[in-house]
Amino acid sequence: MPRAEPILEVRDLVRHYPLTRGVLFRKQVGAVKAVDGVSFELRPGETLGIVGESGCGKSTVARTLVNLERPTSGSIRYQGEDITRLSGRALKAVRRDIQMVFQDPYTSLNPRMTVGDIVGEPYEIHPEVAPKGDRRRRVRELLEVVGLNPEHVNRYPHQFSGGQRQRIGIARGLALRPRVIVADEPVSALDVSVQAQVVNLMERLQDEFGLSYVFIAHDLSIVRHISDRVGVMYLGRIVETGTDTEIYDHPTHPYTQALLSAVPVPDPEARERRERILLSGDVPSPADPPSGCRFRTRCWKARERCALEVPLLAVPAAFRDAGTPARHDSACHFAEELPVVAGGAGPPRDRPVPGPPPPGGSGPRAA
Amino acid sequence: MLLEVRDLHVEFRTREGIAKAVNGVTYSVDEGETLAVLGESGSGKSVTAQAVMGILDTPPGRITGGRILFQGRDLLTLKEDERRKVRGARMAMVFQDALSALNPVLTVGDQLAEMFTVHRGASRKDARAKAVELMDRVRIPAARERAGQYPHQFSGGMRQRIMIAMAMALEPALIIADEPTTALDVTVQAQVMELLAELRRELRMGLVLITHDLGVVADVADRIAVMYAGRIVETAPVHDLYRAPAHPYTQGLLDSIPRLDRKGRELYAISGLPPSLTAIPTGCPFHPRCPRARDVCRTDDPPLYEVSADRRSACHFWRETLRKEPLDAPR
Repeated sequence: MPRAEPILEVRDLVRHYPLTRGVLFRKQVGAVKAVDGVSFELRPGETLGIVGESGCGKSTVARTLVNLERPTSGSIRYQGEDITRLSGRALKAVRRDIQMVFQDPYTSLNPRMTVGDIVGEPYEIHPEVAPKGDRRRRVRELLEVVGLNPEHVNRYPHQFSGGQRQRIGIARGLALRPRVIVADEPVSALDVSVQAQVVNLMERLQDEFGLSYVFIAHDLSIVRHISDRVGVMYLGRIVETGTDTEIYDHPTHPYTQALLSAVPVPDPEARERRERILLSGDVPSPADPPSGCRFRTRCWKARERCALEVPLLAVPAAFRDAGTPARHDSACHFAEELPVVAGGAGPPRDRPVPGPPPPGGSGPRAA
Repeated sequence: MLLEVRDLHVEFRTREGIAKAVNGVTYSVDEGETLAVLGESGSGKSVTAQAVMGILDTPPGRITGGRILFQGRDLLTLKEDERRKVRGARMAMVFQDALSALNPVLTVGDQLAEMFTVHRGASRKDARAKAVELMDRVRIPAARERAGQYPHQFSGGMRQRIMIAMAMALEPALIIADEPTTALDVTVQAQVMELLAELRRELRMGLVLITHDLGVVADVADRIAVMYAGRIVETAPVHDLYRAPAHPYTQGLLDSIPRLDRKGRELYAISGLPPSLTAIPTGCPFHPRCPRARDVCRTDDPPLYEVSADRRSACHFWRETLRKEPLDAPR
């Protein structure tokens, strides 16, 4: 398989937040290890999904990718250049190419700015992208691209529904013609029927503009739908990564297996068929993660070795010669294949999809 | 029948006018049965539950019609002090956000013990012992020690267990759970749903599970009521509904969720948005978004048609929907 050069290359990314004590004499007493050695690649035109539960560090990864936060150590190479060391003009240029779409469309848009000003604001910071006289036209174009009425440029965010606000956030993300979009839970605040509209929009835009996505979410079904490759995070590390088939149909890491088995599947017939792995307890504190494998405190397979030796993210020895999709990176000493998702065993719901959905779901708009 | 909601109407006075949040909702739950009430935000699913529990804010809310029969008595005709005896003791509620539903300045043990001192007149010592017993029962480790802690000292999943312990403290006949696991991570969600199902079986309680998650419904419910714009648009046994929905809205919802077990192509998206409750469309409220809509849908509000003995659908074209008849190209 010919592989394109990665557009984004993350190596050993670490982000620790110091814990301090004392007022007059502040001293560091520890650190919250939010991200603790994460590596991945993103290739042009590809969508990399990152899944994990709250506190696993997925949002911190997102924030370091767009330079909202500096990593404690590690490198992020964009087109070969380490962007964590850049500053000034060079940094600004990179920021233009890597844009972010936020989770909460209710708080990520300034309520005192009109939609036109919000979507056009990136041009204030990067005036070289669009000359002043041209901005108005560009903003209207962007609104049209994301399926909003360009006549609404002078409205305020509160006049839009949640799904429409997320479209505004996406239009702002597109304004500078970026190459990479980092989307942190872009649809989790939306209702089911609106979620589908926004997911479809993001896929259409990817094709249209040749974008690469880092798509971060806790909803495993959506991540499977949109991603080419998936990384599963637990307590600051990626524990398993591979293509969507490798991860969902042939998971080898116990955490991935537990995570997948816990997802409720919208098929009552599967109730009896599926076996659920119930993990005990909660995720340990990232300020004091367990030694060795971080998942061992909740893992049903944990043995002595797991406490002593950190498992590396690589193809497990057991599968190194296997010709199956189980041959992918998994950070477990005792990796085993265990299919947990009822792989299309249910009756396929063969129904004619009622016509193509209108572009961008431009139905009746909220007044 | 344990609980019967009949033709319930609830309005809210807002700055934009009267918001009709619930418009003639009818559903029932039997002893030991789990009814899922499914709907998106603004569908009226939580407001209906609040009216049943008697915790609706009035004003701005107002119940303008209908009956709520619980164990044969109409709750809406009861006096507030009689109502209070029902609430908590015979029907209880589990909320989505345990952190704001629990009292932050009382220890968890005290809050649980209060149930027994207030409703059962138990002594403080007995009540305390019962509280610890309850915490044990919902599998909170080291219950005796943790009873002295405050809600913020517990994780989200543990807090939801405490809410469940509190709801089942007096062994009510009915539990209403409003999005009980929405704020939780998926592995914790599975733990909490399992616990809820187990306790419900043990105590033969009726459960009304309010949710927007079609996966959760498929996992635990016996029957399902789908709500849209303050109405029930479809009720059915869970297996029947997933196999063949009888309302285009239900069908749209089922088609629009991505699946964990297979990689889909483009998702089906219901076009447009749910209506504003101050201006619900005439006829069928779903008609502006419905691929099957015809003239009659714009003028005539569909009643709940009887699809079979235990199924109802509020669609003029439920037969066509059920048979998955292809749509006419032009509308």
